[in-house]
Amino acid sequence: MIKKQKAVSAIQWARCLALTVGVVLLISSLGCSRDRQATISLQGAGATFPYPLYSKWMSEYQRLKPNVRIDYQSIGSGAGIRQIRERVVDFGASDAPMTDQDLNAAPGKILHIPTVIGAVVVTYNLPSVNGELKLERATLAGIFLGEITKWNDAKLRAINSTLALPDTAIVVVHRTDGSGTTNIFTDFLSRSSPLWQQRAGKGTSVNWPVGIGGKGNEGVTGQVKQLPGAIGYVELAYAEQNKLPYALIENPAGEFIKPSIGSTTAAAAGIISAMPEDFRVSLVNAPGRGAYPIAGFTYILIYQNQAHTAKGRALVEFLQWAIREGQEYASAILYAPLPIELVPRVYNKLRTITY
Amino acid sequence: MKEPKDLTYGPGAPDMRAGVFSNIGDRIFRGVTLVFGAMIMTLVILMVAEMTRNSTLSFRQFGLGFLSHSEWDPVHERFGAWPFIYGTVVSSLLSLILAVPLSLGTAIFLAELARGKLSVAVAFLVELLAAIPSVTYGLWGIFVLAPFLRQYAEPALAAAFGFLPMFRGTPHGIDMLAGGLILAIMVTPIISAVTRDVLMAVPRTQREAALALGATRWEATKVALSYAKSGILGAVILGLGRALGETMAVTMVIGNRPQVSGSLFDPSYTMASVISNEFTEATSDLYRSALIEIGLLLFLVTIVVQSVARLLVWRVGRRLKEAKA
Repeated sequence: MIKKQKAVSAIQWARCLALTVGVVLLISSLGCSRDRQATISLQGAGATFPYPLYSKWMSEYQRLKPNVRIDYQSIGSGAGIRQIRERVVDFGASDAPMTDQDLNAAPGKILHIPTVIGAVVVTYNLPSVNGELKLERATLAGIFLGEITKWNDAKLRAINSTLALPDTAIVVVHRTDGSGTTNIFTDFLSRSSPLWQQRAGKGTSVNWPVGIGGKGNEGVTGQVKQLPGAIGYVELAYAEQNKLPYALIENPAGEFIKPSIGSTTAAAAGIISAMPEDFRVSLVNAPGRGAYPIAGFTYILIYQNQAHTAKGRALVEFLQWAIREGQEYASAILYAPLPIELVPRVYNKLRTITY
Repeated sequence: MKEPKDLTYGPGAPDMRAGVFSNIGDRIFRGVTLVFGAMIMTLVILMVAEMTRNSTLSFRQFGLGFLSHSEWDPVHERFGAWPFIYGTVVSSLLSLILAVPLSLGTAIFLAELARGKLSVAVAFLVELLAAIPSVTYGLWGIFVLAPFLRQYAEPALAAAFGFLPMFRGTPHGIDMLAGGLILAIMVTPIISAVTRDVLMAVPRTQREAALALGATRWEATKVALSYAKSGILGAVILGLGRALGETMAVTMVIGNRPQVSGSLFDPSYTMASVISNEFTEATSDLYRSALIEIGLLLFLVTIVVQSVARLLVWRVGRRLKEAKA
């Protein structure tokens, strides 16, 4: 009796299993046949900073070319570099250019395509101070080195004679998660102060001489907003959206520049004549009038020799669109567009890609 | 006192593990569960093997000094894990010191004293607390807890207990104390929910017997607590596990500064936090390898702490049995 029941249920199980397998096969074969109708799917991964812009580009581009689907994972510049090096993705993205060592370790030649420019602003919390705080480059480095510890330090008062700077301790707040923002900011400190260069250096994460760490732009902002006397750095777009006060920073021409989309693009325009062939350049302390000194390109990384013809063509077409038509979406969401003079050079670089 | 004989377990019961499976269904059942059991083991072994393989570079470079060095400099590639180990262990212990009395109180109230709808409602709320995502706790930590600590709690603590080194320094509100507190808040629902269930499982007869002998309510509760001891310890271990591995909320309030300081008012850093903060941007191989070694260390620290706790449970359990016999 029991045996018989068991046999029946076994048959039921077998039927059920066969049915499931059948349905799965049917669905997957349908999916395949639709894919074959020339939908091209591109995978990218990397920097978090340009993610809002890239996702805007990708949705706009899909409207133009419905058969091209681009996915982007914002997993960080470091991971983006790693994944393009291991050919896990079709394109990578990074805020900092790859090192020679990384480039040599890659299985093919990787091109850097600058897409937009990011700027980093210095924000602070001084409730009693109205008016714009000005910071010299050496002074800013001194603050982050822990050498200047009070807001009414003589060096700060000398430049900001019109402001009533209080006798409060300076609390340094920095990003604690590795980020392109930190890379640009520490690049700036390194180029502004030999001591910083020697003590901490530049990188996506560094050994901070002083201060407390906040996670992400929101973590730094939250702590700066709450600690009277705090000073920190965030992306320009983030500071604008959250109406944070920010300091004017001295540039190599000796001007105190207010961070903005215009002054950031001006930094890139100032460096154009010195721009190397592979676009790997720092925009920090760029020469030229009106150039904001704490800025950097963000790049898309692709192989010069594309293995897959259809994918390669789609990727190049997308990038050509991004650096020309795509630029108009940039300033709307507070990214500084590439300077006009640079666009043809990047376009020509894209034409060297083979597929 | 002789307990009724359990026919499914203990000496004399049919041995489920030996080859006495005459029934084919039982054999399949045994095979399937064996596979599931083996899967957990395989997973753990694979994880350790993979982390060990990926951290060899860092291990070769720094050797055992990795455990004791306090410098963490990604630019110059000098790595030491001691501040992270210290931060993880101290913040977790701090959270247990704060959370255990609170959780036990909650659980005792719910299991022994509260009646009917009140008990059900509060128990439901406690379980709800356990389901709040950690990022929410973290944001609350930044915007509510940290300012409160900075403005009121820490100056008061410094004024009252300033003679102790652990309450010295500038109160920022973003420090070890904030990390420990947020962890305490997060582990409290877990410990109290499990403890409550354990207390509910204590047979009524235990309490009734105590009461019948003229014990007060508190004494009867003590009897129940001692009966449930090993289960309560288990609940604490569960909470400790959560505290050791918690990442997001702690990262947001602990200050993320790799330093070893005796003061609770100084920022600190935990192992889970540094991995989540720096792994995505770790471009160089040595840097990545050092972070993976931290992951391996976190694994080892968790195993050591959990084993010590298990050992405690086991000893308490044995003492209880001896007392019974």
